[in-house]
Amino acid sequence: MSSPKTHKEWERELLELEDFIAKAREAARKEAEPKSREALEAKIEDLEKGRDKFIDVMYSNLGPWEKVLIARAEKRPYTLDYVQALFSEYVELQGDRRGFADNAIIGGPALFNGQPVMVVGHQKGRNIQERQFRNFGMAKPEGYRKAIRLFDMAERFRMPVISFVDTPAADPGVESESRGISEAIAAAIMKMFELTVPTVAVVIGEGGSGGAIGIAASNRVLMLENSVYSVIPPEGCAAILWRMPERGPDASKALKLTAASALEYGLIDEILPEPKGGAHRSPVETFATVKEAIEKHLGALQKLSPEVVKTDRYDKYRGMGRFEIAEG
Amino acid sequence: MNTKAPANSEAFLQCINCKKILFSIDFEQNLRVCNYCGHHHRLSAATRIAWTFDEDTFEELDTELRSGNPLEFPDYVDKLHAAEAKTKRFDSVVSGRAKLEEMPVSVAVADFNFMGGSMGSVAGEKITRTLERAADEQTPAIIFCASGGARMQEGLLSLMQMAKTTAAAQRCAEAGVPYIAVFTDPTMAGVLASYASIADVIVAEPRALVGFAGTRVSKQAGVSKVPDDFQTAEFCLKHGMIDRIVPRKEMRDTLASLVRTLGGHALSAYAANGGKK
Repeated sequence: MSSPKTHKEWERELLELEDFIAKAREAARKEAEPKSREALEAKIEDLEKGRDKFIDVMYSNLGPWEKVLIARAEKRPYTLDYVQALFSEYVELQGDRRGFADNAIIGGPALFNGQPVMVVGHQKGRNIQERQFRNFGMAKPEGYRKAIRLFDMAERFRMPVISFVDTPAADPGVESESRGISEAIAAAIMKMFELTVPTVAVVIGEGGSGGAIGIAASNRVLMLENSVYSVIPPEGCAAILWRMPERGPDASKALKLTAASALEYGLIDEILPEPKGGAHRSPVETFATVKEAIEKHLGALQKLSPEVVKTDRYDKYRGMGRFEIAEG
Repeated sequence: MNTKAPANSEAFLQCINCKKILFSIDFEQNLRVCNYCGHHHRLSAATRIAWTFDEDTFEELDTELRSGNPLEFPDYVDKLHAAEAKTKRFDSVVSGRAKLEEMPVSVAVADFNFMGGSMGSVAGEKITRTLERAADEQTPAIIFCASGGARMQEGLLSLMQMAKTTAAAQRCAEAGVPYIAVFTDPTMAGVLASYASIADVIVAEPRALVGFAGTRVSKQAGVSKVPDDFQTAEFCLKHGMIDRIVPRKEMRDTLASLVRTLGGHALSAYAANGGKK
């Protein structure tokens, strides 16, 4: 059997069951006869128990490819959902001040528990228009240059930076190459290492290679349980290795792109558990988890002096890598 | 420039670009640039070092670093062994100290022959050490890039080398030490989007392939129509992404001038320190 290609496809049977339950609920609501209604409701309860079991089975022991699908799910909370839930007085700032504006990276100042912070994140869209407007979450150079502006302001006004990472990759098109997508990403990473204010990044969906690290080189990096973080999209890896992009599921295993692997290799600080059935089944619970984690890490970082915040970040990345020492 | 005798015994060879037949002796004397079309053929790290820095001044460091297979990625060990056998090296980057017209420099040179010059943990570590040595010792850094990008076989560890090397470049900038990057064919993806693009000065060899997304990756993302000069050094120059295109025969002189001017202040500090720190 071939692997499902989308989250919807993977969850198809579960979605059908949920749909059926919703319809049964509607029917029960309309049922005037109390006895029949009770009988219907009892049936619905059974169905719901069955659904919960189904979710349990589906979401226990998820493989890397299933995580890729969940991380990309269109129902998953996106950056602006977190912004709305976790912050107040968010004012979105736009433009790179060099002639261009990007809608795949968003950001601006906000209050987090009453404290000023700078929020930066990738934003995806949920329908065709939104997806096009957000360029599928693939930022162009101007997105990273806007992020650099926000990082600069954060430093100037002593605001911690909270990044939300959710991108398949940076935009690979001709326009982006013409305007220096590589330089924009590199300069954004470099800027993050100049900061003396604490920085916390949360990978909420797809951590897609250079496009992700461009806003994620932070003091602390957290990953939601079902998010992924990878040097290359699995399909791209399969295209290069085997010239078969359809072998993405195989590549996803080899790339070790799950949160558990990232933690094992010392590349992230914490895995944030998701509610049963994934972040999208209970966004409110997810927001609470993320909020609590940011509070904890930000709190610890804010005890450090600005200079130590900076060296802490340098030392963290300085230690990343695995190699052997040859004899002789 | 200390050109060497032809490495191979073949008397003739074919330009990989224009396909014309060249005399090996002429080709070597012309620094492996085609006499007809000017195509700059790729160089090994050893040849690049011999042709760029003062004779016998290169002191190779970090030679003990060797790639493992941290992810247990399929076929990676075989690829590493083949690359080690082919290049007689442990990884794609050669690093150390050298002199350029008697000025001390911190140097890293990538070798495309080793798994396409890709950056995994070892390459990232060597680039980082090169930039850190430059900052610590007040010696200008020169890095010759030649890479297809991050090494997929080391997964996220490779991606993090982008952050690590960039952080080291930032430290170099803060230390007031100039860092010069030379883009040779090819300079791509994860390498281009990290330490390569934030050098103080970027020069490139003519017609070097320079870009963010490899063809197979961008095709996967639906990019089809591209300009003729797309992802070349010339395209980058036109769009303001690099400082100059420098032919191979002028490279040494250009780098020396940059080190003497931009590195003047750092080198005074180096001299005042009595040489090495």
